[in-house]
Formats: sequence, structure tokens, C-alpha cells
Amino acid sequence: MSMTASLALTVPELILSVGALLLLLVAAFGGDGFARAIGWGAVALFAAAGFALTGPAGNGGPGFDGLYIADSFAAFAKLLIYIAAAVSVAVAPGFFARTGGGYRAEYPVLILLSGVGMGMMVSAGDLLTLYVGLELQSLSAYVLASFLRRDTRSAEAGLKYFVLGALASGILLYGISLLYGFTGTTLFAGISDSLAKGMGTGQMFGMVFVFAGLAFKISAVPFHMWTPDVYEGAPTPVTAFFASAPKVAGMALLLRVAIEAMGSGTDAWRQIVVFAALASTILGAVAAIGQTSMKRLLAYSSINNVGFALFGLAAGSAEGVAATMTYMAVYIAMTLGSFICVLQMRDRDGQPVETIASLSGLSRSRPGLAAAFAIFMFSLAGIPPLFGFWPKFLVFDALVRAGFWPLAMVGIATSVIGAFYYLKIVKTIYFDDPAPTPFAPAASKLEGGLITLAALAVSPLGYLAIPLLDATSMAAARALF
Amino acid sequence: MITAIVFLPLLAAIVAGLGSRMIGNVAAKTVTTGALFASCALSWPVFIDFMTGAATAHVVPVLTFIQSGDLAVDWALRVDTLTAVMLVVVTSVSSLVHLYSWGYMAEDPSQPRFFAYLSLFTFAMLMLVTSDSLVQMFFGWEGVGLASYLLIGFWYHKPSANAAAIKAFVVNRVGDFGFSLGIFGTFLVFGTVSIPEILAAAPGYAGASIGFLGYRVDLMTLLCLLLFVGAMGKSAQLGLHTWLPDAMEGPTPVSALIHAATMVTAGVFMVCRLSPMFEVSETAMHVVTYVGAATAFFAATVGTTQTDIKRVIAYSTCSQLGYMFMAAGVGAYGAAMFHLFTHAFFKALLFLGAGSVIHAMHHEQDMRYYGGLRKHIPITYWAMMAGTLAITGVGIAGIFGFAGFYSKDAIIEAAFANGSTSGGVAFAIAVFAALLTSFYSWRLVFLTFFGTPRWAGSEHIQHAVHDAHGHGHDHDHDHGAVPSEEDAGHDPHTHDAHDHSHPVEGTAGYHPHESPANMLVPLIVLSVGAVLAGWFFAPFFLDPEHGAAFWAGSIAFDEHLMHAMHGIPELAKLSATIVMVIGFLIALWAYVLDRTIPARFTAQFRVLYDFLLHKWYFDELYHHLFVVPAFWLGRFFWKKGDQGTIDRFGPNGVAAVAVRAGSAARAAQSGYLYTYALVMLLGLAAAATWAMVG
Repeated sequence: MSMTASLALTVPELILSVGALLLLLVAAFGGDGFARAIGWGAVALFAAAGFALTGPAGNGGPGFDGLYIADSFAAFAKLLIYIAAAVSVAVAPGFFARTGGGYRAEYPVLILLSGVGMGMMVSAGDLLTLYVGLELQSLSAYVLASFLRRDTRSAEAGLKYFVLGALASGILLYGISLLYGFTGTTLFAGISDSLAKGMGTGQMFGMVFVFAGLAFKISAVPFHMWTPDVYEGAPTPVTAFFASAPKVAGMALLLRVAIEAMGSGTDAWRQIVVFAALASTILGAVAAIGQTSMKRLLAYSSINNVGFALFGLAAGSAEGVAATMTYMAVYIAMTLGSFICVLQMRDRDGQPVETIASLSGLSRSRPGLAAAFAIFMFSLAGIPPLFGFWPKFLVFDALVRAGFWPLAMVGIATSVIGAFYYLKIVKTIYFDDPAPTPFAPAASKLEGGLITLAALAVSPLGYLAIPLLDATSMAAARALF
Repeated sequence: MITAIVFLPLLAAIVAGLGSRMIGNVAAKTVTTGALFASCALSWPVFIDFMTGAATAHVVPVLTFIQSGDLAVDWALRVDTLTAVMLVVVTSVSSLVHLYSWGYMAEDPSQPRFFAYLSLFTFAMLMLVTSDSLVQMFFGWEGVGLASYLLIGFWYHKPSANAAAIKAFVVNRVGDFGFSLGIFGTFLVFGTVSIPEILAAAPGYAGASIGFLGYRVDLMTLLCLLLFVGAMGKSAQLGLHTWLPDAMEGPTPVSALIHAATMVTAGVFMVCRLSPMFEVSETAMHVVTYVGAATAFFAATVGTTQTDIKRVIAYSTCSQLGYMFMAAGVGAYGAAMFHLFTHAFFKALLFLGAGSVIHAMHHEQDMRYYGGLRKHIPITYWAMMAGTLAITGVGIAGIFGFAGFYSKDAIIEAAFANGSTSGGVAFAIAVFAALLTSFYSWRLVFLTFFGTPRWAGSEHIQHAVHDAHGHGHDHDHDHGAVPSEEDAGHDPHTHDAHDHSHPVEGTAGYHPHESPANMLVPLIVLSVGAVLAGWFFAPFFLDPEHGAAFWAGSIAFDEHLMHAMHGIPELAKLSATIVMVIGFLIALWAYVLDRTIPARFTAQFRVLYDFLLHKWYFDELYHHLFVVPAFWLGRFFWKKGDQGTIDRFGPNGVAAVAVRAGSAARAAQSGYLYTYALVMLLGLAAAATWAMVG
């Protein structure tokens, strides 16, 4: 394949990286006064990148001699990533304005660069593409986590994320080197061929280390420890970003590595995935009980949800992968909606209300917000008729079809435990005695609109989208097999 | 038309029950009462057509209910003579009770609910009597049971009312269990639940036997007895009767409608509807006769000692239901239905009259605190007189008699004419019960309306007088239409010591007031029924020639038996009238002429009196036999089984584990980087080891 044709496959990444550099120049010369304009520019770039997926970038096959793959799986993941990233950019200025400034032009640029990295991750056809994409995404994320430099919690979050991320990177690199050493290639296709001939101890170790490195990205247990601290410390729009786009990118990357590079060793990695999935759902459900901070609770919720999504991979079938991708799509809507709701929860002085107990009375002063939040909580708990039920059902269905019904039973049990803390929040909002301080009125039409959109998407109306979701996620999953 | 008759009450119940907030109290009452009167107005032409022979039996399909394999059940409304009789009984009494309730419930805060329940009940009852299949009949059966439960417990803030409602529901469940077994068995044998098909096939199974609980038993006997258990529950026959007296906790119009005129007769209706089936099994017929006779005797004896005016009438109802089953048991289904028909009018009249007395006496229900009310509430008095004359069966053969004269005498004559042993027993008991009926009915009248006022002893009256004098208005006493607990006579012990010892005489300055017009009109209408219904309708229901044409096969009409009734000795014919007069004379002597007799009698025959006062100790027996062990078993499963085992290791245990694990996870989340890194490395090492070993 010629260089031009290969470049045509990477149009979304080209748009995002060139655009990011241009906006960086604007920021450098224009200063923070242009921050909002740059933000809108970033949103526009994400839209353009998303639009570019309709071209060869959407389903053009491998390029750069297999280093980069533009298939429908990557396109599905990228679309989710771009949407999540754009929302994270759009809601940021309001947050920073209300918490007393601190919004700078670097924010959208960093998210753009992170977007480029995530695009590389989901399109990776080679261990090195994988690593480069991952690091580009991670480095932007470290900076974003400590974006409020003067806030100690934010700085601490950034530092913790960086150190642990570096450790995870080291593990991943070690795994990559082992795989390269024992198979003689870094291409996914080559590794797959090599593993098909038999799996030696070296390959096995390499595989375990690569999985561990990727598990860190999606914060699967036991590589989840950073999540609650970082989610709590980082500025809320950044947390929303962390909980959405990189999760999709990490999950998609894990799926691709597991199926495309190590598909012939499915039996070897399945038990690792099963363990991570079980541990994540159980810990995500159990540890969330008794949390007092809304953001920490949502961190455990994301761990719990990642566990459910991993169940689809554990099934190891195309249906399972499709279920996982559907899960991630609905998860994005639920989690972004929840975080925007958290952004809206402020007292009269504009200070964020982040403890669960102080949410009492929200139903009186902000009935609309309370209703939307209740919808997200019910949906996260997977209670029909809300749409959050559907992906859970798909995942368990795939598990049962693949013969893993004990797993499905444990999964259902943990989702019952999870329902406890989701519903406890709803109870606090609706039934507890109102807190003495009233909540601030709605501040932003944009955020209100986004919440409404997300709430509609996870409402029973979401079931109308099932044919579309089914077709696209199935097409995406088939691209891997 | 039949569709309108049946579904108008349902529509009204829905409108009044769900929409009363929108349309208001008066509109809700108007809608339900109007619907019932419309339904009633449509029912009488149906009945008259059957009387004149202009109509024939037909079935109006409504819609398909169940279609599953062999089981096919349709909603269909069956109209024949039997149904037509029930239609007029149900709609007439129900519409009059609706009207009566305008006055009786005037002070109650939740009237729409009451009227909605009444209409709902009427719908279920109509569904029952128009059913063409056993399943639909069961639907109506359960529907009336539900409505009865709701209405007995209508004053749900009274613990005694709740207890009575639950009791009625639970006791009926025993009967319904038998009924449902009967339906299952019938479907098993006949392969259908359609009543006409079953009745057509029944004679073919005479003598067939079936294995049941390890024994070979006669098939038709088994099925009939199972179905009869259902009838016993609903019609409060001996053994399953205990709920009916307690059901008097409900408002009096409810007692009149459900627990006298309509629902409790459902068992009689069912036996008559299935009469061709019962005819096949002689054993079943004997059982029906004996149970009916035992109930008639038992309830009549208890009725002689009760002091609560509603309870006397309740036991009287129980006893009269026994008569109906006796009639059915000896094969005189026409007489059973005729007694059902006349009884509906005079018993509803007695209940509504009692309600009027209670209304006048400020919710005092104990007859010992009545007396001398004749002059104060004359219309109620004359209405009660009509009812009493009807129930005791006053009349002269061939000239004129009150309603009960025709129907009860027909039963007694049929029992005699039957000629079998069971018929003989039934005859003897029926005559003796007629004596007791006459006694307790006149006792009620004499205690209530004659003699000198004994109102001063009543707390209710004192309360009323106090209110009237003290405050001039009764704003804050919540009696309204709600009798307080102690006046229900629920606990006979409290009144034991001073029974018949003539409580304080005097009026205490209280002035009873006659009830409003909307309560008196139903009384007057029903009085006309109680006086004339027997005389007018007897030829249709009972006459050997006309009867067969009138019933037109809707019941097993035995012409020979009806002929034989005319051929029995004169003394047997007159026996009912003779004992009626004796009963009247005893009551007159003991309660008007020499009022010390009751006290002396109770002192002399203490044991007998206590036995009757405690209703043969049935409640006590059941309490120790069923309630106590059931509670013990329940407590055992609750404490040891549920809390001790399931909860401890199930939900609570899991929850405790989850919470403890949550604290552990929070403790592990120390905030220190090295802990986090350690966990990651441990996880990695574990995964690598696992992959190696696995």
C-alpha cells in the first residue's frame, strides 16, 4: 500500500494532530484570552475527525505495512472517543469559571493530543503503535489530572497517576520486549501466527505483562488503585474525561490485542480476564458502599462497569465483543451524564457539592437535575426499563451462550450489590431531610442540554437505537475475528 | 341487555372508586346508585319474561377468557330462569341498599369508597349468577369474597373489623380450596368446565369410582362433596360458619346486602345450578341435607341467647341458609330457591330495619339497652314487624301468608314428603328450628320495641346525651357512623354477669329520632316484598304443573316430590304454624308478660345457657385446634426458619459480608503510592503464576 493511501487511513489523526498544533500556536500568541475559542475549535476538530470516519479512515483496512489498522472496529471506538472528548472540552470552561478561574488554553489542546493517542491505540496493528499511542494519551492525561496546579488534591492526583502510570508502562514495555524476543515480531498478525504454533513460557509471561499494562488503563482490579484517588483529586471535567474516552480506548485496545494478536491463545488469557472481570465487579460494587464522596463513588462505579464489559471479552466470541462495545457506548452516555450532573451540583456560593450526604434536598431545589441524576443511577444499576439494563443483558447473554453461566450468576449478584449504592443516592436525593444550604440554580444551558441528551439516550427511548447499535457493534466485532 | 345489567355496576364502581376525587362525593354516590337502579330496572323485565314463558334460556358470549390445550373458558353470560331469579334478587336488594346507604353512611368520611365497593360486589355477584362455566363462577365467587372482605373491614381503623375481615377471608379460603379441588376434579373427569356440558354428562358417570387419597370412592359423590365444601364456606354452614357473625363488624347495609340477601346464598345457588349433578349422588344429597339441618338447628339455638341485634339476625341468616340446603338436599330445589328469594327480601328488611334502630339509638347495638321504641320510630317498627311476620312464617294455608310462610312451609313439607331417613330427620329439625326462629325473632321485637326504655345503661346513649347537653353540638366525637368496639358484642364475657338482669331503666333524657326518608323508602319497599312475595310468587316457584315450565330445566325440578307435598298428613302441614305460635307465646310470656323469666332460666340452666351464649364454643375450639398451632408454626418458621437460618445466612449475611468487605477495601485504599504499587505488582505476580500453573 502506498504512503498516500496509508496516510488517507489516518485522516482523523492528521486532523486532530495538525489542528492541535495550530491551536497551540494560537494559544502561544493569543494567550488565555483565546481559551474559549480554542475550546470550540477543539470541538470542531473532533467533529471533523468524526466526520472523516465516513471516508477510507472508517473501513480502509491495514496501512503502513500493518502498523495501523482502519477497520470498522476502530471507527466504532473512535466515534465514541471523539464524542466523549468533545463533551469533556465543552463542559470545562463553565467549571473553571465557577471555581474561580484556572481555565487555560492548554486544556483543549491536551485533550486533542490525547485524542490522537487514543485514535492510535484503537487502530494499532503493532505493539509499537500501541505503545506510542498509549503514551501520547497517558502523558496528556497526567498533565490534565494536575491541571489545577495550585490545588493540592489536583497536584497529588497528577503525581500519583504519573508514578503508577509509569510503573504500568514499564510492565507493558517489559511484556512487549518479551513477546518480541520470543516471537521475533511486534506485528499483531505475526504474534498470532507464532502463538498458533504453541505457547511457551516466554510468550506466556509477555502476554501476562501486556495484559497487566493494559488493565491499568481501564482500571481493572488489581490495577485499579489509582482510580479513586485520581478521580477525586482531578478537576471534575477531567474526571469525566478519564471515566469515558480513555476507558473506551483502553477497552478497545485490550479487545484488539486479545483477539487479533493472541486469539490463538484464548484459553491462556481467558482466566486472567475472568479474574479481572470478577474482581472488578465485586470490588467495584463492594468498595463503593460507604463512600462519602460522589466522585470516589463514581470511580468505583467505573471499575464495576469495566468488570461487566470485560465479561463480554471473557466469552471470547464475536457476540461477546459486540456486547462489550455496546456496553461501552451506553456506559459513556451514563457516566458522562452523571459527571455533568455532578458539575451542576453547587451551593449558593458556587462551591461544588461533592459529598453524597449533602445531596439531600436536591429534589426540592433542582427537581429536573435530581430526576436526571436518578435516571443515570437507575440506569447504572441496570434496572429495566432504563437502557442501562440492555448492555448488561447482552453481556450476560454472551456469557451464557459461551457456557460461562456461573460467571453470569456472580455478575448478576454483584450488580445487585451495586444497585444498593446507586439506589442509596436516589434515596438521599429524594427522601432524606433537605440539607440546610440550598443548591444554586442551573448555570449553563449547554450542560443542561447535554444532560437532557444523555438522559434521553439512557431512558427507555434508547431501546429504539438497538437495531443500529446491534448492527454497528456486530460489524465492529466481526472486524476482529 | 344482560351485558348492561352485569357491567353497569362495574363501570359505576370504577368511576366512583377511581374518579371520586375528580367528581366528588355526591356524584360518586349518584353514579353508583343510578347504575344499580338502572341495572335493577333492566332485570325485572328479564324475570317477568321468564315468568310468562316469553323468554328461553340463552347464552351471551362476551369474550374468550382462557384457551389452553383442552381447557377452553369463555366469558359468557348465561340467562335462564335460575339466573333471572338471582338477577332480580341481587339488583333489587343492592339498589335499595345503595339508596339506604345515603342516609346510613351520611356522616362517614369515605363514602365513595363504600359505594364503589358495594357496586363492585354487585358486579361480582352478577358475574357469579350469570356464569356459564365453573371457572367464571369461581371468578365471581372470589370477587364477592374480596368485596366482602373489603366491606367487613371498611372501618379499617377498628381492630375488631380488621380481624373479622381476615377471619371471613381465611374461613372462606378453606371452602374455596374445596371448590377449586372440585373444579379441578370436574375438569379431570369431564374434560370441560362448561356447566351445561357437565350437567349433560353427569348422569353417565353414576356409579363410577375414582382413586382419591388411596381409596376408591364414588366419583360423583367426591366431586359433589368437594364443590359442596365451597358452598359451605360461602353460605356459612356448620363448621365453616364462624365468620358470618363476626362479619357484622361491617356497616349494617353491608350486612343486609352481602351477609343476608346475596353472597351467602351463593352456595345454595351453586348447588341448585349443579342440581342435576348432585341428583346423581345419593350420598352427597344426604350430606347436604344433614349439614343444612345441623346448621339450621345450631344457629337457631345460638340465636336465642345473643344480645347484639345484628348478631341475632346473623344467626338467623345462618339458620335460614340451613333450611335452604335442607330443601336442596331432599331434592326440592324449587323450594330452596324460593326460600332464597323470599329470604332475601325479609332478611334484608330485618337488617336494614336493625340499621335504622341502631341509627336511632346512636349506634347502640345491644338489645338490652333498647325497649319501648315502638312509639318513637313507628315506621321502622312496622317494617320490622313485617319482616318478623315473614321470617316466622305467619299465614293460613289457602288464604294468605307472609313470604316465609310459603317458602319455609314448602321446605318442611318437602322434607316430610321425601320419605327417606334424612328427610325425616330434616323434617324434625326444621320444625324444631321453626319454633326457635319464632322465639328469637319475637324476642328481638319485644326487647327492642316493647316494654319500658332501658336506654340509660348504654354508654352510647349517655355519650350522645352528654354531647347534646354539654356542648350543644357534637363536633369532635368521631363516632359518626362508626360504632365503637365494645358495642359489637364481640366479647360476651363483659356482658355475662348482668345479662337479662335488666340494666338501668329510663330514657336518660334521650330522644330517638326516626331515620331519614332515603333510609325509610327501602324499608317500605322491602316490607311490601316481605308481605307479598310469598303469596304472589309461590305458584311459579313451587306448583307441580307451573313449576316445571317456569324452571324450564334450569334446576332439577322434581314434580313427583312437589305432588307428594300436597299429599302429606294435615298435622305435618300444620306443624310449622303450630310451633310458630308456640314460639311466639313463649317469647310473649318471657319478654312481655313476666320479664323475670329469662334471668331465672339462665340461673337454672347455667351450663346450657353458657353453651349457647358461647356459640357452642366453636370459636374457642377452632382457636385451640387451628389458630394456636398455626401461630406456633408460623412463629417457628419466622424466628428459627426465616430469621435464624435464611436471613442469617442469606440476605443479612451477604449484606454483612458486603459491608465488611467494603470497609476492608477502603482500608486497603490507603492513599500511599507504595501500597498501590505493591498491589499492582502482587496482582501481576499472581496473574503470571496462575497463567504458568494453569
